[in-house]
Amino acid sequence: MTAETQVREPLTLKRVGRFVADNPLIPLVVLLLLLVGVLEFMRPGIVNERWIGNTIKFAIPLAMLAACQTMTMLTGGIDLSAAVAATISAFVMATQVPIVGVPLAICIGLLPAILMGLVNGFGVAVCRVHPLIMTLGTGLIATGCLQVYQRFVIASGSVVPDGLAWLGTGRTWGLPNSLLLFVPMAVLIIWAQRRTGFGRLLYALGSNETASRISGVRPWQVFLALYALSGLIAGVTGLLYVGLIKAPSLSLVNPLLLPSVAAAVIGGTSIFGGRGGYGGTILGALILTVLGTLLTLLQMPEGARRILFGLIILTVTTIYIRLTEQSR
Amino acid sequence: MSRLITKHGWTAGLLSILVLLFILTRMIQPEFGASGLDSLSRATLPFAFATAAMAVVVIAGGIDLSVASMMAVAGVTAAVLMDGAGDGMTVVAVIVVLLIGLAMGAINGALIVLTRVPDIVVTLAMLYVWEGVALLILNAPGGAATPWLRQLIVGPFLVPWLPKSFVFLVVCVALIWVPLKRSKLGLSIYAIGSDELAAYRSGVAVGRTRIAAYAVCGLFAALGGLTLTLSTGNGEPIPGPYLMASVSAVVLGGVVLGGGKGAILGPIIAVIILRLVRMDLTLMSVDPNVTTIVEGTIMVVVVMFGGVIAYRGRQK
Repeated sequence: MTAETQVREPLTLKRVGRFVADNPLIPLVVLLLLLVGVLEFMRPGIVNERWIGNTIKFAIPLAMLAACQTMTMLTGGIDLSAAVAATISAFVMATQVPIVGVPLAICIGLLPAILMGLVNGFGVAVCRVHPLIMTLGTGLIATGCLQVYQRFVIASGSVVPDGLAWLGTGRTWGLPNSLLLFVPMAVLIIWAQRRTGFGRLLYALGSNETASRISGVRPWQVFLALYALSGLIAGVTGLLYVGLIKAPSLSLVNPLLLPSVAAAVIGGTSIFGGRGGYGGTILGALILTVLGTLLTLLQMPEGARRILFGLIILTVTTIYIRLTEQSR
Repeated sequence: MSRLITKHGWTAGLLSILVLLFILTRMIQPEFGASGLDSLSRATLPFAFATAAMAVVVIAGGIDLSVASMMAVAGVTAAVLMDGAGDGMTVVAVIVVLLIGLAMGAINGALIVLTRVPDIVVTLAMLYVWEGVALLILNAPGGAATPWLRQLIVGPFLVPWLPKSFVFLVVCVALIWVPLKRSKLGLSIYAIGSDELAAYRSGVAVGRTRIAAYAVCGLFAALGGLTLTLSTGNGEPIPGPYLMASVSAVVLGGVVLGGGKGAILGPIIAVIILRLVRMDLTLMSVDPNVTTIVEGTIMVVVVMFGGVIAYRGRQK
């Protein structure tokens, strides 16, 4: 009897593990629903249409910034300059609006973000610098440039265009307008990752760079395109985020950097490359946002909240890695 | 002799850059002397300890994103314990802070080993945890540092141009690093950084070595936090810019990300170079923001060159 249960238990665990490995999104959905359930239990009636809209609204910039992390992590890299790129885009755009008008300002704002991406790509692809160092360095340089730039435009003031504010904060039929930008982008990224050659190349480079090089892939082209794309997405995120916050500052998006890495990791993307996808990252961003609300509601001191936040990230990742490892 | 130069080529290069920079500083500011050296050395101190902390884990093949947060915890603990403390209590406080540093590092390492989650992720999560701990200990800047302990890093030592803080740095790092590097543990740290599987098959206890490396990292971080409190006179719960600075100094100092290569001398010279560049630019009354750009550019360019050279070397 005891022997039988002992045999059965690892078997069920193994089955759960295999099921999770085949459908990596399901435990994340369960976790998300669980968190929402706890929230509803703590403060009955809080989960309504308005709350859901707000949660999505704040999760979207995080999920977009986490897209940069997800894509670069698939190749075994990381983009720590994404938040700075987003901040620069937002700040340059907002300060250029009074001078050159909205459409041109948006274009000018996106330029530095793409440029940063290209520099990152050049360093990673051609000079073979570790992505962590490269993106950290460009982020540092860009922050300095932004501070110098600020002193030249301090007189002209800044304006957040109505269109971006509408996109960032407005809602139509209860749903935030930012979904208009986010849904096509997410679909495009997921489609690109799963179905296009570029997406497959990312997984291939992340799994085994030498093997893919020998199979005829030119890594430098892929890396250059990847980091430029990451910069562009970060720039767009910045524009959306300034529409949400409505006050451009020199550290606007920076607090989102580490959560964006966390969102990608919780979503099941391996930091060593080759495994993961954007679907999980979106769920990761939602989980982090709900978790943030939950911790705010707990009325604990700020310090305790941060401790809990860190511990939960760690626990979730541990469980996730254990579960997906078991089926191997 | 030539073997010595090839072996320590990077460090020698850094040292000559440092000497050139000192000459340059003297040219910019002819009256640069003992007091200038003293303030430079004191400003470098926390950065140097953060860099030493980072260097140990990077050599062991890991990375620790929570260095700055651990420094904050150590700093506020020291400030709270030393507030109105007598002589005996101060000594106890210093020991407690160092032990806390060791414990924090060991916790980081143990979590990495036990959870098998990548080190970047674990230390990223712990960054929040230690930040939270620091905030719980001290909600706003406060506390105090015992005056006689502060005198330990202020002013010259024996000769006028040798700052006490520099001597403090050298003594602390030497006391920890030299015995470590010569011990079996030090060799094991290099081994697991160079090739974990090979180290495991050669009988190195990989998990225990990794925990020890992170514990040493925590100890250096605690020293960094302690000196920070000593130089400012109060505890600051919000972590400073030490993460970025330590990573760049470690890389500039010739420690290879990925582990197994490098030593602690190079990174410490690199951190002094970075601080000196910052000071020179300030002396030339350059906008401090431009200084950030220059610092970042130095780091990126050096790393790019290093990458290209390493790549060429491998292809041959």
